[in-house]
Amino acid sequence: MTDHTRPRRRRNPVVLLLLLPLVAVLVPEIYNRASPSIGGMPFFYWYQLAWVGGVAVCAAIVYRATRSTR
Amino acid sequence: MTPPFSALEFGIVVAMFAVVTVLGFMATRWNRAASLASVEEWGLGGRRFGTWVTWFLLGGDLYTAYTFVAVPALLFGTGATGFFAVPYTIAVFPLVMFAAARMWSVCHEHGYATAADFVRGRHGSALLSLLVAITGIVATIPYIALQLTGIKAIVEVMGIGGDWPLWIAFIALAAYTWTSGLRAPALIAFVKDILIYLVVLIAIIYVPYKLGGYDVIFHRADTALTAKKLSTLLSGPQYLGYSTLALGSALALFLYPHAVTGVLATKNRNVVKKNMSLLPAYSLMLGFIALLGYMALAAHVKPVGGTAKAPDTNTIVPLLFNSEFPHWFAAIAFGAIAIGALVPAAIMGISAANTFARDIYRPYFRPGASDREEGLVSQIVSVILKLGAVAVIVGLKLSFAIEFQLIGGVIVIEILPPVVLGLYTRWYHRWALVAGWVVGMGLSIYMLWVTPSKTAAHFGSASFAFSTWGFHTKMTIWTGIVGVLANLIVATALTPLLARLPRGRDETSPADYEEAEAQPMPLGPGQARGSV
Repeated sequence: MTDHTRPRRRRNPVVLLLLLPLVAVLVPEIYNRASPSIGGMPFFYWYQLAWVGGVAVCAAIVYRATRSTR
Repeated sequence: MTPPFSALEFGIVVAMFAVVTVLGFMATRWNRAASLASVEEWGLGGRRFGTWVTWFLLGGDLYTAYTFVAVPALLFGTGATGFFAVPYTIAVFPLVMFAAARMWSVCHEHGYATAADFVRGRHGSALLSLLVAITGIVATIPYIALQLTGIKAIVEVMGIGGDWPLWIAFIALAAYTWTSGLRAPALIAFVKDILIYLVVLIAIIYVPYKLGGYDVIFHRADTALTAKKLSTLLSGPQYLGYSTLALGSALALFLYPHAVTGVLATKNRNVVKKNMSLLPAYSLMLGFIALLGYMALAAHVKPVGGTAKAPDTNTIVPLLFNSEFPHWFAAIAFGAIAIGALVPAAIMGISAANTFARDIYRPYFRPGASDREEGLVSQIVSVILKLGAVAVIVGLKLSFAIEFQLIGGVIVIEILPPVVLGLYTRWYHRWALVAGWVVGMGLSIYMLWVTPSKTAAHFGSASFAFSTWGFHTKMTIWTGIVGVLANLIVATALTPLLARLPRGRDETSPADYEEAEAQPMPLGPGQARGSV
C-alpha cells in the first residue's frame, strides 16, 4: 500500500456530461409520443434507441477526460 | 401448434453446441496460469482480462439469453412498457462508471473477489458481509435457472419433447466450467456474441422487409395491442412505473455477483471505464431485439408451450424466426440463443460459488481453509448450482423461476448502501447499515407479497400499485426503489444515534479507491505471454 498522502483530486466538470443521458431517458414526458416518426418507427422508439449512441459518446468523452495516463 | 421436428435444424444446433463445448475445455490453456486451483485463477481468470475480452465477457454476462427471449415477449404481451429495457441499459453506464472503477481499485489493492469481501474490509462487520453474500446468492440462483428458459423455448420450437436437452446442456456446461473456470465463458462469449450480432443484424433488416416495413409492423402491432386495451405508447399513469423500473434495474445490475465478477476480472481500471462507453453497443442490439416482439405481433405469431390458457410467450422469437427464415438460418439463430444461455449461466454459477466459498464457507465453516480448498469448494458449489437450476426448472413450474427473477432486482438493490455508498464514504455506522437492510428488505418483501398477478395471489409483480394503499390512482412504482429508499432513510437516521457503539475497523485507505501507481500484478513465469 502506498503511504504518501495525495492531494484531494478535484472532479473534472466533464463528468457532469453523464447526467445528460440519464435525464434524457428516465423522463418519459420528453419522448412519449408517436410523431415525428422515422421510417415508420414512432418517436418513442427511435428517440430512445438514438440515446444508446448518445450515452456511448458521453461515456467515451468522460473516459478520455478522466483516464489514468500512466 | 408446435412446429414439426426438423433434422437439419437439430443437426446444426447440435454441431454449434459441440464446437462450444470443445472451446470450453480448451479455455483452460488460454492465458495459462501455473495452477487454476484458487478463486483468483479459477473464479476471476487471474484478473488479467483486457478491453475486448471484457467487452465480450460483460456483454455476454449482462445481456443474457433470457433478455433476448423475454424482452420481446414483454413487448408482445404488454406493449410500450416492455421497452423499459432500453432506458435501463442506457442509464446503467453513467450510473456505475465511477463506482465500478473505485470498486476495481479497492478490490485489486486488497485482493477482494466479491462485494461481500469488500464490505467486510470496509465496514469491519462480519454480519453485514454475510447479509451481502446471502443477498447476492439468493438473487442469482433463480437467474441461473432462468437462463434455461432460452434453451427450453428453442427446444420446444424445434419440436422436441422432454427435458433431456436441458440436462445435457448444463452437464456439459458444468464439466467445462469445472476445468476452465471463468476462462470458459470468456472464450465462448466471443462465438456467442458474434453469432448473435449476425443474427440480429439480418433479422432487423430481413423480417421488416418481408412484413412490409416498420410502419406496417407498428401499425399492426398497435391494432393487436389496442384490442387488449394496450398501446405502443405509454399512458400517463405508467410514467412513474416505467422510469423507476428502468432506474432501479440499472442501479441493481452491477450489484449482482456476476457483474462484480466481470468487473474484477479485468486487468486495470481503465478497462472498466472504457467498457462503459463500449457496452452500449449491446443496448442497441437489445433495442432492436425488443422490436422483434412487435414483428411477432405483426406476423400473427401464436406462442406455443406452457398451458392452453397461458401459452409460453417466450417462444415468440424462435417461432418468428422459424416462420420467416429458411430452416438453416433459423437453426443458426437457435444455436446462438442456446449458447447465449450458457455464458451467463456459467458466470453466474462461478460468481455465486465464489461468494459462497469466500464469504460463507471460509469465515463460518473453515476459517483456516487454504486458497486451494477455497477454490475447490467454489468449483463444487458451482456444479451444484447449475444442476440444481435444471432440477428447479424441470421439477417445478417455469413461472416459479420467472417470479423469483422478477424479485431478484428488488432483493439485490438492498445491498446498495453498504456496497456503493461504502465506496464513497465511511460515515455510515455498520449497525445502521444492518438495520437499513432489515427494514428495506422487509418492506420490499411485504410489498411483493401483497401484489397479486392474474394467476397468483402473491409475488405477482415487482410493480407496486399505489391503489393497494388506498390511493385512487392507477400509478405504479418499482418496488425496489421504495425498499432501497427506506433502507437509506433508516441507515442515515440511525448512524448518528448509534455513535456510541464501536465502529468497525476499516482496513482500506482513501488512496485505495483512486487510480493506483502503475504497478502491474506480479506475473509468474510463463504468465506474461499471451495476455489479451
